[in-house]
Amino acid sequence: MWLDLSSFALTALGLFFFVAGTAGLLRFPDTFSRLHALTKADNLGLGCVALGVALQAAHWTDVLKLALIWALALLAAGTVAQLVARAALSEPRARKRAGERP
Amino acid sequence: MTGTMTGAAALLLDLLLVALVAFAGWAALAGRGVFRAVVFFIAYGLLVALGWVRLGAVNVALAEAAIGAGLTGVLLLATVGRLERAGAARDVPPVRGAAAWVPALAGLGVTGALVWAWFALPLPESPGPALAEALPRSGVENPVTAVLLNFRSWDTLLEAIVLLAALLGVWMLGRDGDWDAPLGLRQHVRPGGVMAGFGRVLPPLGLLVGVWLLWAGADAPGGAFQGGTVLAAVIVVALMAGVATPPGVSALPLRAALVLGPGVFLGAGGVLAALGGGFLTLPEAQAKVVIVAIEAALTLSIAVTLAGLVLGPPTAANGTAEGGAEPNANGPAAGRRA
Amino acid sequence: MTGAETFLPAAHGADVYALGGAVLVGLGVWGLLALRHLLRRVVAFNVIGSGIFLFFGAIAARGGGAPDPVPQALIITGIVVALSASALAVTLVAALAQRRGGAVLPGEGRQPPEAPTATPPAAGRAEG
Repeated sequence: MWLDLSSFALTALGLFFFVAGTAGLLRFPDTFSRLHALTKADNLGLGCVALGVALQAAHWTDVLKLALIWALALLAAGTVAQLVARAALSEPRARKRAGERP
Repeated sequence: MTGTMTGAAALLLDLLLVALVAFAGWAALAGRGVFRAVVFFIAYGLLVALGWVRLGAVNVALAEAAIGAGLTGVLLLATVGRLERAGAARDVPPVRGAAAWVPALAGLGVTGALVWAWFALPLPESPGPALAEALPRSGVENPVTAVLLNFRSWDTLLEAIVLLAALLGVWMLGRDGDWDAPLGLRQHVRPGGVMAGFGRVLPPLGLLVGVWLLWAGADAPGGAFQGGTVLAAVIVVALMAGVATPPGVSALPLRAALVLGPGVFLGAGGVLAALGGGFLTLPEAQAKVVIVAIEAALTLSIAVTLAGLVLGPPTAANGTAEGGAEPNANGPAAGRRA
Repeated sequence: MTGAETFLPAAHGADVYALGGAVLVGLGVWGLLALRHLLRRVVAFNVIGSGIFLFFGAIAARGGGAPDPVPQALIITGIVVALSASALAVTLVAALAQRRGGAVLPGEGRQPPEAPTATPPAAGRAEG
């Protein structure tokens, strides 16, 4: 019972972070702040969902797999965010919109 | 899993998912800009994979996510990069005027015919009773692997050969002068940068996941194609990160890896035929050993072939044919273009 | 298969996916005929493919119970073959673009309006 409730709460929290990240992606004005919304909020959201699902796992190996999935997603998201930001830095248009400082 | 979803909630979820899939598919076709279309296609593939999970076809979901969304996505993104270099990435408006009616009517007609067919088709007996009876003798627990590597192994053998033929076709489209060059475009990676680090961390983990998918495929969702695709992704990431350099077409280890899978497959078929059982008719007692042996060899070949398909034909270094591609390490080429 | 049973759709789940597949095939056919940029046509070809797979997979799941493994195996084979066909297609598109400076079939109208002229090797590539 308590397990189910905590699963529910964690998954709901995770979904909230996903919605927040998506809102940021749609509403923020430039590449850099969009990346900020996406990577931070979504990684936290995925972590919450994974934790919520892990509480329902039948076996500890399932928990291990969920942890591996989250770690891989974190790694990929962090790397891609860096690469996208670097690509955006070399595009004058994106720098101007971000309020370029010298 | 505790409890099952009620019918109405499940139907709502399915309707929502299919609507999302259709929207993503539409955006992948009609969305503004070629790059954007490709990005929507990747999202579309991942949503379709979710649909496969809902249909209970987890093996297909894995293949769709890894191959349909992942590798095809990388392939299309890499092509956008190539087209940009050739000055051909700009979008072209679709057919206009009176001619626009033909595609619209053709699309509507095909959809209508399929909808009619769905309601007109008789309900199939699934799975057929013959299959349920034969499954325990296949040597593996995963029914899809049993079909792929035992009951219909001809299909899988020919599929492996189709992959190889496609790779040969891709290589033939390279320039004559580039034949001895390494495969694919050159990558520019900052030494010690993020991408270089990623290329060091990912391969061991990816290797683990790929081999595990292969091994688990005997009894649970997974198999040679899913595992091979993960390994292909590892190869592509390692090359993109500059951890390894791509070989040339004539490299012997490359060629050996390409033909190993089909070779072992054909060899197993020949040996079994010589023993009197018939080509690729697996004896019940050794079925699992033979299946796993073929799958292991096939996985390696699939991984190398798929990576080769994504990399493209051998291409000489920048400047010979492709014009003024910038050689600086921090340009947009560093990340987005493969 | 572990866990597959819990994911089986509701009574009308297969209907939903079959109709979705039919819509995707129609969309793809429209795209293949109406879109002139060749890379978009490769995307349309893939949309047709996955629509057919979805339709076929819905048939496999139609009877209820565990979905039939034979169609599943055929679909996995199909996904792999679609990738190899796509790889060949995009390589052809790239080769055509290198020679003509545009990714449009010769008989199908003009080059992209703002694209550089048909001599790409000499032209330096603009940022972006």
